[in-house]
Amino acid sequence: MKINAQDVRHVAALARLQFDDNEITLFTRQLNDILGYFEKLQEVDTTGVAPSTHAVSVRNAFRDDIPQTSLTQETSLENAPDSEQSCFRVPRILEV
Amino acid sequence: MADCLYLMTVHELHDLLKHRKVSAAETVRSVFDRIDAVEGSLNAYISLEREQALQQAREADNRIGRGQCGYMTGIPLAVKDILCTAGTATTCGSKMLQRFVPPYDATVIQKCREQSAVFIGKANMDEFAMGSSTETSFAGPVHNPWDPERVPGGSSGGSAAAVAADACIAALGTDTGGSIRQPASYCGVVGLKPTYGRVSRYGLIAYASSLDQIGPLTKDVRDAAIMLNCISGFDPLDSTSIDQAVPDYTRALVPDVKGMTIGMPDEYFAEGIDPEVDRAVRDAVAVLEKLGASVRQISLPHTDYAIAAYYLIAPAEASSNLARYDGVKYGYRSRHSTNLSEMYECSRSEGFGAEVKRRIMLGTYALSAGYYDAYYKKASQVRTLIRKDFEDAFSTCDLIVTPTAPAPPFRIGEKADDPLSMYLGDIFTVPLNLAGLPGISVPCGYTGAGLPVGLQIIGGLFGEEKLLQCAYCFEQHTDWHTRKPPLG
Repeated sequence: MKINAQDVRHVAALARLQFDDNEITLFTRQLNDILGYFEKLQEVDTTGVAPSTHAVSVRNAFRDDIPQTSLTQETSLENAPDSEQSCFRVPRILEV
Repeated sequence: MADCLYLMTVHELHDLLKHRKVSAAETVRSVFDRIDAVEGSLNAYISLEREQALQQAREADNRIGRGQCGYMTGIPLAVKDILCTAGTATTCGSKMLQRFVPPYDATVIQKCREQSAVFIGKANMDEFAMGSSTETSFAGPVHNPWDPERVPGGSSGGSAAAVAADACIAALGTDTGGSIRQPASYCGVVGLKPTYGRVSRYGLIAYASSLDQIGPLTKDVRDAAIMLNCISGFDPLDSTSIDQAVPDYTRALVPDVKGMTIGMPDEYFAEGIDPEVDRAVRDAVAVLEKLGASVRQISLPHTDYAIAAYYLIAPAEASSNLARYDGVKYGYRSRHSTNLSEMYECSRSEGFGAEVKRRIMLGTYALSAGYYDAYYKKASQVRTLIRKDFEDAFSTCDLIVTPTAPAPPFRIGEKADDPLSMYLGDIFTVPLNLAGLPGISVPCGYTGAGLPVGLQIIGGLFGEEKLLQCAYCFEQHTDWHTRKPPLG
């Protein structure tokens, strides 16, 4: 087995996801199936092979640093689940 | 004529609009009448924009009146709901973005607007484009027009089903691992994934940024060329778009394959392929050979590792891209939390569906401390070898032909509990995304049960012209693309 229920809980915490016990059981089984299949990659000799992060070679795309108009504050807040006084409002972080 | 305008292709409709034989407004009404008749059995759309579409059609008619009829002017389009449309909800098939109204247009949408195309609605899709069946949408599954008990493919299943059922004239989709080509194959329409960097990704909600590409789903090859003309080109807003001149792709539509060398990879015509699919694709290759193409067997030796590499790389990128959905600035926010950290977790857990969570988990695991080299790095090295397979193949042939999918469309629910078997079905489409290559799926036959089969034609980087020429030539000598599904 590549991954057990405890590992799945650890990864869920890293990904900021919560699962109930049934979901943990299901995901443990499914992720093991999938990770087991991925083992076949180990058959491939990749000694000295450079990894590809892109299919087409790309270079850094620089542009001149010229101020341009951007979204207004009002537009930026239109999709906010909660906002107040031109700010995104979130639950309290610090205890007072 | 007005009652069958919905049946038209882009180029047929353009000829009528340009000569003012029909108006864009009556075309839009015809398409909406068709949608009203078939949408109940398809579920191809997440939202429809009747009033807005009629308004856009009237603007298109005014423009045509001024003698400014572009190829896309007045053409009713379905847009996959992953492309941002300013002022119109863009949900990505997810509860997470159910109420998201983008403040800006994707570049491809802007380009269509510049020609006064008409946007009739946002097409249904797998949640965040993660799926091969359009079953994971929060708006419910899409049904295949050829058999409503079967899937239309995915993730652009709504776009493909709408084109096949004439519930739009043409559609935009996106393709990260086959999400344009495979649903095109399953629904019996044409689907084109351009070379990575050919079309700007600005305003495309990211799934796996090094693989995602936007392209057309159409009723024939000429329409695919027309739409590619419209959406292609360098965009400073997408740092991976490539600054290379855009040819007029319709000029490549010459019905001739004489002198072309077409490669058939052994690995794609192997054990595990459905016999009816194998037969139809081999017959299609025989047609091309009869028309003067020279066909040769080739080998793409790392094909068998493409699925594993893809399903590590794509979820790894997805886990990073989808980290932005935290319930703070936009998207779903859970009400079941008392502090910030809990708000992140509850919003993500309630807002995302199972397949999206599965891929976030896979990607997070593959990138986590101690596993990076064994998974992500290894997959990226195998990606290099897959790219090299294609480079070698294209030194001896102009194009490569394969089946688009190894089997005909499966039943809704059939693979729902077995994600790995769903992933394995993407074997013929993901290698192109890993290598950045363009590919098109065109209808090339039907199974005994009347389900469509697609032929995939693969070109070299920026080889869209040759690819379109071959696809067009095939289409001109066959009539598979003219068949219509048995809908009411």
